[in-house]
Amino acid sequence: MTQQYRIKGGGQIDRSTDIAFTFNGKAMKGHPGDTLASALLANGQRLVGRSFKYHRPRGILTAGSEEPNALVQLRSGAHQEPNTRATTVELFEGLAATSQNHRGSLEFDLMAATDLLSPFLAAGFYYKTFMWPRAFWEKLYEPVIRASAGLGRLSMQEDPDRYDKGFVHCDLLVIGAGPAGLAAALAAGRAGARVILADEDFTPGGRLNAETLSIDDMPGADWATQAVAQLTAMDNVRLMIRSTVYGAYDHGVYGLLERCTDHLPDPGGKPRQILWRVYSRRAVLAAGSTERPIAFGNNDRPGIMLAGAMRTYVNRFAVAPGQRIAVFTNNDDGWRTAADLSAAGIDVPAVIDSRDALPPIDLPGIRHVRGAGVVDTVGRKGVRSITLTDGQMIPVDGLAVSGGWNPNVHLTCHQRGRPAWRDDINAFVPGGTLPPGMAVAGAANGALTLAAALAEGRATANAQIKELGFKPSRAAAPRAEDEPRESAPFWYVRESTKRAWLDQQNDVTVKDVKLSYQEGFRAVEHLKRYTTLGMATDQGKTANIPALAIMAECTGKTIPETGTTIFRPPYTPVPMGALAGRARGRDFRPFRLTPSHDWAKANGATFVEAGNWLRAQWYARPGEQGWRDSVDREVLMTRKSVGICDVTTLGKIDIQGRDAGAFLNKVYCNGFATLAVGKVRYGLMLREDGIAYDDGTTARLADNHYVMTTTTANAVLVFRRLEFARQCLWPDMDVHLISTTDGWAQFAVAGPNARALLRKVVDSDHDISNAAFPFMGCAEITVCGGTPARLFRISFSGELAFEIAVPARFGHSMMDVLMEAGREFDAVPYGTEALGVMRIEKGHAAGNELNGQTTAHNLGMGRMVSQKKDCIGNVLSQRPEMIRDDAVKLVGLRPVNRADKLIAGSHFINRGDDATMDNDQGWMTSVAYSPSLGHSIGLGFVKSGDTRQGEIIRAVNPLKTGEIEVEIVSAHFIDPEGERLRA
Amino acid sequence: MIIPHPLLGPRDAAEFVYLGDAALIDRPDWQAEDALAAFHDYGYLRDNPAGPHKELWYHEQGDRSWLVVTRDTTTHEITAVELARDVARSRGRSA
Repeated sequence: MTQQYRIKGGGQIDRSTDIAFTFNGKAMKGHPGDTLASALLANGQRLVGRSFKYHRPRGILTAGSEEPNALVQLRSGAHQEPNTRATTVELFEGLAATSQNHRGSLEFDLMAATDLLSPFLAAGFYYKTFMWPRAFWEKLYEPVIRASAGLGRLSMQEDPDRYDKGFVHCDLLVIGAGPAGLAAALAAGRAGARVILADEDFTPGGRLNAETLSIDDMPGADWATQAVAQLTAMDNVRLMIRSTVYGAYDHGVYGLLERCTDHLPDPGGKPRQILWRVYSRRAVLAAGSTERPIAFGNNDRPGIMLAGAMRTYVNRFAVAPGQRIAVFTNNDDGWRTAADLSAAGIDVPAVIDSRDALPPIDLPGIRHVRGAGVVDTVGRKGVRSITLTDGQMIPVDGLAVSGGWNPNVHLTCHQRGRPAWRDDINAFVPGGTLPPGMAVAGAANGALTLAAALAEGRATANAQIKELGFKPSRAAAPRAEDEPRESAPFWYVRESTKRAWLDQQNDVTVKDVKLSYQEGFRAVEHLKRYTTLGMATDQGKTANIPALAIMAECTGKTIPETGTTIFRPPYTPVPMGALAGRARGRDFRPFRLTPSHDWAKANGATFVEAGNWLRAQWYARPGEQGWRDSVDREVLMTRKSVGICDVTTLGKIDIQGRDAGAFLNKVYCNGFATLAVGKVRYGLMLREDGIAYDDGTTARLADNHYVMTTTTANAVLVFRRLEFARQCLWPDMDVHLISTTDGWAQFAVAGPNARALLRKVVDSDHDISNAAFPFMGCAEITVCGGTPARLFRISFSGELAFEIAVPARFGHSMMDVLMEAGREFDAVPYGTEALGVMRIEKGHAAGNELNGQTTAHNLGMGRMVSQKKDCIGNVLSQRPEMIRDDAVKLVGLRPVNRADKLIAGSHFINRGDDATMDNDQGWMTSVAYSPSLGHSIGLGFVKSGDTRQGEIIRAVNPLKTGEIEVEIVSAHFIDPEGERLRA
Repeated sequence: MIIPHPLLGPRDAAEFVYLGDAALIDRPDWQAEDALAAFHDYGYLRDNPAGPHKELWYHEQGDRSWLVVTRDTTTHEITAVELARDVARSRGRSA
């Protein structure tokens, strides 16, 4: 197809290069500088989509991001992107676009019959109709509605594109590079301020590119090009095109979406879009204004377009939106469309002006119809004629409509500001409280004419940077003239009997607004929800103001009394991918790797996430059939000889200072004042409400030097709490904290041969015999001939065990050294599963028991909570309900039938009782298969469990196995006397 | 939001962890007659004003200072930022 609607000469397109693209598979051509919309129009494609609800044929209404109709799907496969506005898509070679929301072809949509049902599908139809019977909603109504309504479709594949995030700082952020924005950026840039100038378009200049106005005696578009060249030459100015400032956040922070490679056939490895966080000291909003339509019968036919958009297509893209185009306006600006169309050689049969007044500009040969309106149009897939209020018909193939211009106040309202109404321009302008640091200039501020916009942009920027201490430049202000801008408050053609569309994206008509009024949905926010006015991708940029003007007329209130709905970010849609940035899949959050990670990986480890860490879960050996085989072997070998486990992930906090001991006494519920140098003690931390929080050991290495360990999961949180205690509760204590979790690699060496193994590693001047280095001892030592290390004789497994720490950089080789030294003992590495099995066998509480609901009393550690000192949690832990005798207590559980498997989460019920919550006796917290005992074992909380040993109760799990009988036993399944760990 | 840190200057709020009402500094005396009631109020009752609010923020991805930030909860305007340690001392807390 040739570009039969391309105007000869003019426009900001590169005619020397052809770009091939397809629309619904049809091959078309455009030029660099085209949008998809302008290229479609150049090829005579006016029908571009079907409407959301009624499947009405729709064309292109606008030339910008406010477009409600021309939503298309771009690209294919996983790259497919629905609901893209054709008016903002920059044309590129090979672009494949398809229309949306029709069954069968766009020209013969099978769902168009919906349009005939329109008398039944008015506002609130779904609410009223699909209420009964209730069961029908999910099974019948919703699927049918979903299939017939809606916009584009997702690819249902993972997004293959890359996104990134960025952070930029500036003195002045200028939002919009139209005349006001360019003038503002020039002023601030010349004064030496760091300026970011952002514009959503790919060609800066805003309306200057669309108009035939002059600045400094040159065409406006040329002036814009020159201004951009000057700004680009300034080191302190950053011009960001294809960049939408979508939100105004607190303290001068703005959200900005830069579309980096959307206009390229292949991103070439670069991110598709970057979400920028802009930190600005001041901002000038120069976002321009958006034209609004007038509602009249059948005003949604392809070929009916906003008058300003027509000028954009003719002047910027050199495209004729039709061959014979009438203009319908309530203001002077519409007349300029007639002038520009006419100058481009397009036949303009009439200008219909709602005002009964003389023409603002003289257009010889064009008929002026005064005080009239368009009541109806004809032409299903494209307008063929219009009918005026006096009944005359005018054959046309296009109609330009102007209902006046709305300043783009959106960003001024992102912090709950409300716009103010101005009667002289019949529009809302920024009002009341603006986001701090923001000022508004140009059309966005109601300065709707060129000279005013330029002057205001410059003055506003100067005022902003002066507050920052910059001296405004004396460079001459750009010269221009103000064009005529009178307008009348005229919103819809009363005489129309046909459906008059307000919101074309959501198929909302004038009648729907009146119906909303009749049914009591009169507040604007109710109007929006009841009719869906102003929802979806365009957020009613063209529709809202006419609709609320009609509501104001119904209620007899003024427009400002009626008010607007709240404007919220984003200004235009932001893809989820851009919000996610790089934080997707594997990169959602960073992983922390233990010092022995590479060793573990090379030795068959399967890893599990713990906190942000990857920990070895078990080490599979050849021939093992499943994880249980590996875990059972690791447990049995450790208990028989010796096993080694990387425990680096436990939080480590270095605590020093004269008051370090006193500080520990405050944060642990048990006493630490008596802990001797060279000793380790188990400590339990409470929350201030008395609930158990975290546990671990603390070693005293010197008089004023302690090392605390925390659980892996709570390492960060405990450190935060300790800092809170140190700074906010006891600010004068001499105590200092450093997190050394990453500083030390730490390994548990457990089993009867643990000491024998370590003797080969620890330098011989350190005596680690049971007499010299008993259970709960600690020391700073050296290993491997002088490498500094710390040794702790603590045991989580219940075996004779040590934890040995070396500076993290020696961690990997320490694992090698330990395994090599352990070769003669058949030492095994063990993972978190074996660790878990052994702690359950030994009856140690862990995260499942310290779950934020349990107290020291429940854990059987009630006596540890010292009442002789002040510590976090001790007062509230003594509330009567929390120390009841019949509270749940931690016990061990084993199946009566040893072959039964216990299930964590089962609840306990006494024999003979109904399995109801009223009879609940507690719950199972942790279970494991104990290879040492040869059957399943568990830990759990049972009411008065400490006095019920030997009793048989039922572990009920209706979701899984039903129930089994279990016996309450000591939680210490292995070595209850602790002989092994003291060996 | 941007929090003007008394030691480090303006910092993005994303570097901080929020705790809430700065009244958490005023931990009651554990030996007082009414200690149980006082700790109950301390632990469970918070003011939630619409307007200026003194609240605790922790510069976790920074220098680990706990700060008392006076922030208007209706506008996010920050009118004062102090080191929590200084505030605690000024309210009579010591060792």
